[in-house]
Amino acid sequence: MTICRRLLVFCFLFGLMGGASAQEGFRDPRDPWEKFNRGVYAFNDGMDAYFLRPVAVGYTEAVPLPARTWVSNFVGNIGDVWTAVNNLLQGKPANAASDVGRVLINSTLGILGTFDVASEMGLEKNEEDFGQTLAVWGVGDGPYLVLPLLGPRTARDGSALVVDLYADPVGYYHSVPVRNVIGGLRVVNTRSQLLGADRVLETAALDKYTYTRDFYLKRRTYLVYDGNPPREAEEE
Amino acid sequence: MKGQSMKFLKACVSLLAAVSFPVFANDIAPDAMIKQVSDEVLQIVRSDKAIQAGDMKRISEVVDAKMLPHVNFTRMTSLAVGRDWRSATPQQQADLGAEFKTLLVRSYAGALSNYRDQQIVFKAFKMKPEETDVLVRTDVRQPGAQPVAIDYNVMKTPDGWKIYDVAVAGVSLVTNYREEFGREIRANGIDGLIKSLRDKNRSAEQAKK
Repeated sequence: MTICRRLLVFCFLFGLMGGASAQEGFRDPRDPWEKFNRGVYAFNDGMDAYFLRPVAVGYTEAVPLPARTWVSNFVGNIGDVWTAVNNLLQGKPANAASDVGRVLINSTLGILGTFDVASEMGLEKNEEDFGQTLAVWGVGDGPYLVLPLLGPRTARDGSALVVDLYADPVGYYHSVPVRNVIGGLRVVNTRSQLLGADRVLETAALDKYTYTRDFYLKRRTYLVYDGNPPREAEEE
Repeated sequence: MKGQSMKFLKACVSLLAAVSFPVFANDIAPDAMIKQVSDEVLQIVRSDKAIQAGDMKRISEVVDAKMLPHVNFTRMTSLAVGRDWRSATPQQQADLGAEFKTLLVRSYAGALSNYRDQQIVFKAFKMKPEETDVLVRTDVRQPGAQPVAIDYNVMKTPDGWKIYDVAVAGVSLVTNYREEFGREIRANGIDGLIKSLRDKNRSAEQAKK
């Protein structure tokens, strides 16, 4: 947890430095720290190519699909607790109740969360975090920010991440090995679900950096509005 | 007299058939059209040995034959290029369309080649009869992963409903490209954009060999 916080501080400082050194040509107003961000992006890309992606590929090859589904449901169930809190903070008690219901059902009937029985019962999984809560409270995106290892964020979502980390129930579990295993499973599970999408990015984007950035920013807006963002005026 | 009226009736029936048949073919609802096309494509992807082995050429052929007739590429390209589209010459528009199509077909084919146990679930769809521009929402579900929302923007044309934008996980393909294309045009003009699309397609072509 402390490492993450140090990283954040480090990023902010370097981000400001990156922003200070003006870049030639067009600059996206949403991305004043582009130069710094591109540096971190390249670093992350390298780490991914040499470390994370191979691990994720190995994981999908070595672990049969049912077991991967258990893992995915298990970490998802832990995440639902914080999702419920955020739904409550955003003034959506019905969604919060549904999330609590999900955790109760999946932790019991779903055997410690390894089976997502609740989804089959019609309680759909929501995706909330403190960054979205801040957005609902009226905090703007702030500049786009690429964090080392953690990837794309906005200044708002990057700051909210500190709260997300503090609130993570796994962080309070007494056994360090268990905490580490769950942390590792989360990373590998998330990355393995993006296998395929990464290949599409490779073929589809003229510039991977900007394509990822634009995608991330739109995706966040979509999540903040719970899947119904105001429709942008089409220009032809 | 009887023969006369019989003939008249026959003429009426054939006229009715001639008029109503194409109307019927075009009248297939937008959600039904997408369901039909995606079912067809997925069935081929799942059963074709060459595709399972990763033959990109074969997948691209399937996308070309099954998917493209239901896509309005001109509109897709013009939306992706944005306001600079109008200032492009017909030749530039044609070049942009061709290169963009190649890029999208390859990307889509790449995404399809990952399909194994995926299942497409159509969300409830309702439209008023007078609507000509609708959104068909689907979820792609796969075991062990969060469902991914794939939504199709579909417009009515004289020959049926045509897809002109696809949103993946809530992000419109067309708007994402519009930002990328806009930057390229600002820096190097429309010809610069055509060139970078062409280079991208060519390098992908090279990588395949």
